[in-house]
Amino acid sequence: MPVLSSKVNSKDAQFQENYASMQEVVDDLNAKVEQIKLGGGPKYQERHLSRGKLLPRERIEKLLDAGSAFLEIGQFAAWDCYDDYVPAAGVVAGIGRVEGVECMIIANDATVKGGTYYPLTVKKHLRAQEIAERCHLPCIYLVDSGGANLPRQDEVFPDRDHFGRIFFNQANMSAKGIPQIAVVMGLCTAGGAYVPAMADESVIVKEQGTIFLAGPPLVKAATGEEVSAEELGGADVHTKISGVADHYAMNDEHALALARRSVARLNRPQPTQLDQRPAKPPRYDSKELYGIVGTDLRKPYDVHEVIARIVDDSDFDEFKANYGNTLVTGFARIHGYPVGIVANNGILFSESAQKGAHFIELCAQRKIPLVFLQNITGFMVGKKYEAEGIAKHGAKMVMAVSCAKVPKFTVLIGGSYGAGNYGMCGRAYDPTMMFMWPNARISVMGGEQAAGVMAQVTKDNLARKGEDFSAEQEQQLKQPIIDQYEKQGHPYYASGRLWDDGIIDPAQTRDVLGLSIAASLNAPIEDSRFGVFRM
Amino acid sequence: MFDKILIANRGEIACRIIATAKKIGVRTVAVYSDADQYARHVKMADEAVHIGPAQSSESYLRSDKILAAAKLTGAQAIHPGYGFLSENEDFADACQQAGIVFIGPPVSAIAAMGSKSAAKAIMEDAGVPLVPGYHGSEQSPDVLQHEAQRVGFPLLLKAAYGGGGKGMRVVESAADFDEALQSAKREAKSAFGNDKVLFERFIRNPRHVEIQVFCDEHGNAVYLAERDCSVQRRHQKVLEEAPAPALTEKTRLAMGEAAVKAAQAIDYVGAGTVEFLYDQSGEFYFMEMNTRLQVEHPVTEMVTGQDLVEWQLMVAAGQPLPLSQDQVMVTGHAFEARIYAESPDNDFLPSTGVVEHLRTPTEVDGVRIDTGIEQGDEISTFYDPMIAKLIVWDIDRDRALLKLQRALREYRIDGLTTNVEFLRRLAANKAFKQLDLTTEFIDQHHDQLFATDTVDLNTAAVAATLWDVLQQQPQTVDSPWQRADGFRLNQASGYRLQLQHDEEMLDITLQRDGDSFVQHHNDNSIRWQATAQDDCLTLTADGHRQLAYIAEHDNGLSVMLESGRVSFQRHRVADTLEQDGPAGELVAPMNGTILEVLVAAGDSVEKDQALVIMEAMKMEYTIRAPHAGSVTQVFYQAGELVSDGAELLIVEQEES
Repeated sequence: MPVLSSKVNSKDAQFQENYASMQEVVDDLNAKVEQIKLGGGPKYQERHLSRGKLLPRERIEKLLDAGSAFLEIGQFAAWDCYDDYVPAAGVVAGIGRVEGVECMIIANDATVKGGTYYPLTVKKHLRAQEIAERCHLPCIYLVDSGGANLPRQDEVFPDRDHFGRIFFNQANMSAKGIPQIAVVMGLCTAGGAYVPAMADESVIVKEQGTIFLAGPPLVKAATGEEVSAEELGGADVHTKISGVADHYAMNDEHALALARRSVARLNRPQPTQLDQRPAKPPRYDSKELYGIVGTDLRKPYDVHEVIARIVDDSDFDEFKANYGNTLVTGFARIHGYPVGIVANNGILFSESAQKGAHFIELCAQRKIPLVFLQNITGFMVGKKYEAEGIAKHGAKMVMAVSCAKVPKFTVLIGGSYGAGNYGMCGRAYDPTMMFMWPNARISVMGGEQAAGVMAQVTKDNLARKGEDFSAEQEQQLKQPIIDQYEKQGHPYYASGRLWDDGIIDPAQTRDVLGLSIAASLNAPIEDSRFGVFRM
Repeated sequence: MFDKILIANRGEIACRIIATAKKIGVRTVAVYSDADQYARHVKMADEAVHIGPAQSSESYLRSDKILAAAKLTGAQAIHPGYGFLSENEDFADACQQAGIVFIGPPVSAIAAMGSKSAAKAIMEDAGVPLVPGYHGSEQSPDVLQHEAQRVGFPLLLKAAYGGGGKGMRVVESAADFDEALQSAKREAKSAFGNDKVLFERFIRNPRHVEIQVFCDEHGNAVYLAERDCSVQRRHQKVLEEAPAPALTEKTRLAMGEAAVKAAQAIDYVGAGTVEFLYDQSGEFYFMEMNTRLQVEHPVTEMVTGQDLVEWQLMVAAGQPLPLSQDQVMVTGHAFEARIYAESPDNDFLPSTGVVEHLRTPTEVDGVRIDTGIEQGDEISTFYDPMIAKLIVWDIDRDRALLKLQRALREYRIDGLTTNVEFLRRLAANKAFKQLDLTTEFIDQHHDQLFATDTVDLNTAAVAATLWDVLQQQPQTVDSPWQRADGFRLNQASGYRLQLQHDEEMLDITLQRDGDSFVQHHNDNSIRWQATAQDDCLTLTADGHRQLAYIAEHDNGLSVMLESGRVSFQRHRVADTLEQDGPAGELVAPMNGTILEVLVAAGDSVEKDQALVIMEAMKMEYTIRAPHAGSVTQVFYQAGELVSDGAELLIVEQEES
């Protein structure tokens, strides 16, 4: 078998420098995750616990099967996006196993601004639903939210992908036979009331969960009726009188146990079968990715070294190895599943783009999931390349990526710039899931390049007026642009805005991909039909 | 010798008899009730005949059905085992009438010993020493009260036609006599159909020493050493040994000869046991003679090297005893531990359930197991809750005791409550080792015998968790979701398991690191490694290797470590929340039958007043009022079957 042989020397000074710099950003990532896990902080957590409620992450722990993985989605959502501190956008979401079934779990965090929906909370909720719909994962909503964030109503209520879309998704997933289960563990007011009401099955916790279209203050204001929250929409009302909820739970733990029972009786069909083999770990330590990649995007490395630390047994059957070799394509397995790998190993040329298009078609034809390892500054530019039609060759790759209906997984392992992002299945190309390494950057072009372009334009303008553009002036112009690109291209900025599904430790890449692929196989793989390729 | 015998019994004794019959080439017929269709004794026998429903009164006690089975199969003899019809003279007589050999003593001998009071009169005449008592036929309460005063307190009250501890009461003072008398009479009436009682002086701290005797039709009689059966609970034996330790040769001889004299006084034939109370002063008194093979006969077999069932068959076939008295040799020491489905912590109340997991020590080098129970069998309320007898032999008492301890450690049963842990503590008890023997042994050493095991709970819980992890390892081709590694994004991953032990919740998290698992426990990091084979988990913690045996059961698992056993429930809230039992305490403690309802709706009752008497596992239980109040509802009547936990009646507390 074509096992990759690594040429990495871990004693090498460059390796060690890379390793240290990557370790630093991973440590920072882990530290921030530790903070995010604390939700709204000790004060709000204690208040939450004192009501006999469990914290959202503990709820998820108790919902999951013992030892189940939890693949969190949008961990950094809303990170540094608002003046308010809204960790994880106030909603914990991810895929985990319940009664042996992979489920999408969406749990409001009432310790974060009462679990209210900020714009990014809505975006994260919808993204989690989108993944669930794509992968046919049953959804379990652990509801504990005050509803829409009223001061930001214009950003959460009226538009297509705003609050109302949550219920649209519930309806349409239910219609597709994707189970929708709601567990009401706290407030579920106004629009929020539709989460349990639209669910296939719902559980409500005694003296904790409430469901009503209008809470006691609004009722009082509207009709003068004085009523307690429990009388208005508590568990007793909804399980005994209104029928809005189905199962009566004594407390959080009981509710989660009831939710598990709901999942146990779903009668889920077996996920899609691929030609799966026993999983084998790579032959090389995944931590060596730190030393290979480092954090300096300008330093090149051979992407085969990365592949060797992600795929089973470091076994990579390369396709068209000698043609257009700035794009590496080939077949491998991750956790036993067959995958097609598309990885950048330099700038994209016409040949590499055509090879990419060919390979993506191949995988779509064979229904093999695709993994994109994206580290791309863009397509080659210049007279020669335009003349040979690099635009139409690039377009072929974009066409193939757009129309391939196999599960697609994108990992930003370095730069993600310009049209390279498109051909390599960036966010706009609907990857089933998309992750980013903490060293990666994403922007329309590199900061240096953008600043250079801006400086050149300014210089030309000044020259037309006969004015001079000093080196000092040039630097004054360029630095803010470089700074802006660095800030906006940073993983925290990107992931905070949910341009991806999460930042991941490079050493966890293989596991994240394995879990993602396995989860995606709950849905059948459709046939792909391609548009017109410009020849 | 017979060609074919029928065994009118079940369980271990039926298996035991079949084993000997097979050894000497005699074909066997088993009988079985509905409950025993798939029982071990049925499988072992050459033939088997169904004799009725599970209740023994409709099956194993029906002599007509058993005789019909013998006729049907052409069995020439019937071995009654112990219990059931073994000491029923009518049955022995019916066998004789039917021309079938009853493998046991003559009808006259059973009759003579069947009434304890008559037996004592015979023994008194024969010069066998007796405890002061009243064995008269005058049963009026006044006479009995008067006689009780004469004999003196404390005294022991028994059913005249009983056995096996049924109907027995120790009465501490004259004030308690009346209530005890009524209760004993009631129990005697229901168990034996005759409410006649007898009583005698209760001797403090005696030992129970019994002699195995054997007589043939040709006038030969021998005794096969003695057994000490002092360790008893509820007047029933738990642990027996042979020979009885710390007896002078003179006493041994005197007891042996007295026993033979007793047997000869009633023209005994076959296997019998003469039970003596052995006073610590060296005196001994005749208690009773059991005209059957005893449960504890294997210890005698182990030290004499004889097969007593084979002897029984020979004698019944008219052959002479194989040995004369001077040929009887006693070598080494043997113990028998009775393994019961019962709860020592709950006053040895019998337990019921399915033997979900059963691992026994290997039967080599002086370890023997007599059992009729296999994994998957159910211990029901219909019969004796004995699971097995564990018998060990070695060259002396200390060595035999060590072997017993080891074998008990290797005895692993799960699915229902057993006395194995209790037996382990008993066998390891210092006072027992040092011969502090008395029938009050269990009460006197209660604190040590009921001490909870000092098992390291963390080790047990980690073992349970590792077991889970290893069970969930993907076998060949499987989803990465199946790997029980508790993957978490950008965080340490760990397998987390919450286990409940009694009232305590344990939360174990193990982080996989290569082929080991790291646990952060009490500010330490412990590195665990584990492999599992069958039910055995090999567990290494920082270089210390130990074994843990795991038994999975409904919603939980048990971990058996060298230091003891821990049972865990997997944490499942839903199940506990929905089992809100009835509010009152007036529930049946176990499956059984209502014997008598002493109150009716509307009655006022005092605290501790007896309300309902029920019978379960051949024992009587009295349900008493938890508080003063009035009875508002009674749900059952006498004769009805009730299941464990059923609410029997409601007593409303008086407003104060």
